[in-house]
Amino acid sequence: MLALQILVDGFAVSALYGVGAVGFTLIFGVSGVLNLSHGAIMVVAAVTAWATAGGLGFGRYGGAAAGVVAGFVLSFATYLLVVRPIQGSKAIPREEKEIFVLTGTLLWGIMIQEAIAYCFSNTPKTVLPLAPGVMNILGVRTPVNEVLTAVVSWVAIGLLWLLVNRTRGGKALLAASMNPRGLTLLGFEMTSIHRKVWAIYGVLAGIAGVLLGAFLGVSSDNIGTLTASAFSIVVLGGLGSIWGSLLAAYVVGYLETLTAYLVAPSVRTVPVLLLLVLVVYLRPQGLLGRR
Amino acid sequence: MLKSRNFWLAIIALIVLYLLPLGVSGYVLGLLTVAYYYAVAAMAWDLLFGFAGEVNFGPSFLVGLGAYTAAMLNHYAGTPIWLCLIAGAAAAVVGGVVLAVPALRLRGPYFGLVTLVAVLLLQNMIVLFSGLTGGEIGLDIPEVLSIDDHTNYWYALGFMTISGGLLWGLSKSSAGLILQASGQDATEAAALGFNVAKHKLAAFCISALFSGLAGGMLVFYLGTVSVGTVVDIAIGVQFIIAAVLGGRRTILGAAIGSIFLIVAGEILRPLGELSTFVVSAVALLVILFFPGGFLGALRPRGQG
Repeated sequence: MLALQILVDGFAVSALYGVGAVGFTLIFGVSGVLNLSHGAIMVVAAVTAWATAGGLGFGRYGGAAAGVVAGFVLSFATYLLVVRPIQGSKAIPREEKEIFVLTGTLLWGIMIQEAIAYCFSNTPKTVLPLAPGVMNILGVRTPVNEVLTAVVSWVAIGLLWLLVNRTRGGKALLAASMNPRGLTLLGFEMTSIHRKVWAIYGVLAGIAGVLLGAFLGVSSDNIGTLTASAFSIVVLGGLGSIWGSLLAAYVVGYLETLTAYLVAPSVRTVPVLLLLVLVVYLRPQGLLGRR
Repeated sequence: MLKSRNFWLAIIALIVLYLLPLGVSGYVLGLLTVAYYYAVAAMAWDLLFGFAGEVNFGPSFLVGLGAYTAAMLNHYAGTPIWLCLIAGAAAAVVGGVVLAVPALRLRGPYFGLVTLVAVLLLQNMIVLFSGLTGGEIGLDIPEVLSIDDHTNYWYALGFMTISGGLLWGLSKSSAGLILQASGQDATEAAALGFNVAKHKLAAFCISALFSGLAGGMLVFYLGTVSVGTVVDIAIGVQFIIAAVLGGRRTILGAAIGSIFLIVAGEILRPLGELSTFVVSAVALLVILFFPGGFLGALRPRGQG
């Protein structure tokens, strides 16, 4: 019984982690950016969904849609206002761009965090679940919302797969992550590819944020932890590898759920952190990473 | 030229800081005392990042190790303060070596994550063993450096002057130059016959030593130690922002940045919760438009 409970809960949490981390890894793979405002973008999506669904009367679906749009808009703003100016700056030496992008997005994330805390306070908020009620899976009573979280996450990941593998524009993204110079030689504009990947990232972060808000609830105080956990999942799976991130999301999701049920919820992140240190020491490229 | 100008600026600034207690209230002195301890941690971070080229996201790991070791020794064993400080610094150096081992093998983002994880693990351990460490609430310390504002101010300013002088001198020495070369192009530095691993390891130990001491001193000034004041990632981020804001690879810039952050936070206090927002926005603008930081903006054009 407990085993089944862990199996079901872990699956939903892992799917959610997966959709949150996939966008993060995509951005890194294609444009080499580690976006440390990731958690902030997710929380903005969730808070927007919460505020519009309840206060503005958009209803649960309207609110969710508004949340995804907010994630999309904010991701573009991050790219245009923070990342692109740093990448294009002549005053920053090329080998230091990376640390500047990291510091810049970190500061941007803190600004967003403070803005949310100021406008909506930092109390935890739970987004209206997309579907109410409880259902029975293999004898485990599971909220319908939890099932929906897993389903929506996997649909989003599936659509991303189709986009990347079956469309011309998507294949260009994949190519950009492998060899940007070759792609430029074929006549593709790198800036338009970067814009595209930030757009996709924004939608994915928005979906992840809304689902997270409905499933676990969010607070502006979680932003740092959210970014750190996406970062960990992505490094565990191998920076830039989408399948690696998904695999890592499941490893992390199940490890946390197991710890929470079998040991104590307060130490749920400790085994993950230890595993992470171990993997980074023994296999720095991550589970499925390329060198 | 830059060297001498920064040096004289620092001397003038220090004279002003040393004369300050004649004219300002104890409250301002208290603020600056904290700023000076932060400054040492930020300067130690700059030695690792600016010179050794190691992206350390967890300066508060080293600071926290020093702070908690010193605090727990004093709390449980009643060890004299100076011995606690030495023990704290030693613990931080051990932590520095632990970080140095992966740093010599891993590239930028991977090492960055290890340091981030180090902070999170330390934080979790402190909360997990809350019976011993006081957990989230923290631990109070029976002894403090002094209860007098002025005395505390002198301790902190003296500590910052000595640490800053040593770190700055080191960065200008031949060892500092080799370190800088290893940070920018490890292969070439090794090809020129320098022992990159040895220099980087030394940089980690020295950075950890000063971070740990700063943590210990801070704890004996505050009279309490808690995750929120010395370990939390937000604290580490503050050191990083201070160093980048003041101008990386200058050591002195880190001190200027720390004092600026604390003073700006205080001036903006009437804005309430928005003060952090404004400080972060200013820092972001500086990074976007003056990537060299405060000291870099002073530098004549066409240099560096």
